[in-house]
Amino acid sequence: MRLDFERLVVEDVSRQYGRRRALNRVNLTCQAGEIVGLLGHNGAGKSTLLAILSTLLAPSSGRVLYGDASAYEAGAALRSRLGMLGHDLFLYPELTARENLTFFAKLYGCTDVPTAVGLALERAFLDDRGDDLVSGFSRGMRQRLALERALLHEPRLLLLDEPFTGLDDASGQALVTRLRGLRDSGRIVLIATHDLDLAEGLFDRTAILRNGRLGVLDETGGTLRDRYRDAMQQASA
Amino acid sequence: MKQFLRVAWIVMRKDLTVEVRSREILYTTAFFAASCVLVFAFALVREGRPMEDAAAGILWIAISFSGTLALGRTFERERQTETLKALMLAPADRPAIYVGKLLGIVALLGVVEVLLVPMVGVLFDATFWARPVWLVILLAAGTVGFTSVGTLFAAMLVRARSRDVLLPVLLYPITIPIIIGGVRGTAALLQQTPDEPMIRFWASLLVFFDVVFVTLALWTFEPLMTE
Repeated sequence: MRLDFERLVVEDVSRQYGRRRALNRVNLTCQAGEIVGLLGHNGAGKSTLLAILSTLLAPSSGRVLYGDASAYEAGAALRSRLGMLGHDLFLYPELTARENLTFFAKLYGCTDVPTAVGLALERAFLDDRGDDLVSGFSRGMRQRLALERALLHEPRLLLLDEPFTGLDDASGQALVTRLRGLRDSGRIVLIATHDLDLAEGLFDRTAILRNGRLGVLDETGGTLRDRYRDAMQQASA
Repeated sequence: MKQFLRVAWIVMRKDLTVEVRSREILYTTAFFAASCVLVFAFALVREGRPMEDAAAGILWIAISFSGTLALGRTFERERQTETLKALMLAPADRPAIYVGKLLGIVALLGVVEVLLVPMVGVLFDATFWARPVWLVILLAAGTVGFTSVGTLFAAMLVRARSRDVLLPVLLYPITIPIIIGGVRGTAALLQQTPDEPMIRFWASLLVFFDVVFVTLALWTFEPLMTE
């Protein structure tokens, strides 16, 4: 069963870790065919929000709707439509790039595994290194492989936590182009990043998390870095 | 059901491939089990004559101690690379992932037991081969029972800071019936004339505990793994 959805709705989501509140009544709506940026200082709650959206973490209160379904209702059908790239890359260093992709492709129930894996290696610019162990890869190579791992099953919702980490300029630009392509094909893309230079012009909308609260960044006036700095200064004033 | 078994197979195959590449768990577990048997052999064998019924106890102590080591390391590997999250994100039945991990650890302990049984046999003058089929049944049933609980606890504790301490503290009290069943069944097997009714009784009890523990683990794995 495939669960396709046009909207992602976050309603009043809060998350407590003991006495600390990582997210405080967050509301956000993302539409298909849009890239939403998620900015904020370290520890602002970006990764927590992405973990909740990926169904890895349950909110303490509030709810997340994928179309009309909640994570609890949709279960495995929903997980088959989510792609997640976390801080940690979810790759087995003892396996080759091809073996990693093949394992996840099978786990996600891809129909033509060899073709999907071959295409993913090509897109990661690793087609000549497919049979090398991931433990021998640089951070940038692992990052590219991990992104393709997250995209193997053609997810509807793509959640990316710091996707530009370790990428050189060419790979960073290639990723930006790839993300725009995914947006144009109707995916919902949510990106948490600190790399404001590469993200310049990429986001359709930008949200800022500060101490667990979500705000919206003005889309006009100056570069993304300037607008982000101004917003943070205003918030702390 | 076919899908469930397919996912379990994929996960087990991946775990075994990773282990064949690194041999980390196999070497450490086998070395630890052998050291354990040797220490007991020095303590309990006098002038070539072992203490009565010692072989059965030593065999199961070595299996449970080395099994704990293997369980901890298997999930530590998933924690270091955060790949357990990737497994939890997959659109597969989570109990199938549990079964895959369980089968991987059972296979690994099976290899350790192939080394362990002759070693205990030689050092403790124990004739394990009198009833080879019963030996295999006892070892298989005991190993599945022990690892079914251990796999669940090791997965649950993967995010706990003191997981290395907590795993044996939680695991041993619950698996005591399995260890007792294994020891008594093996002791009945090692008698001058193997006591078949007793072996059958303990083997049946082990299978009963396997069914109970595996059912409970399948039932609780999904809620326990959801934060």
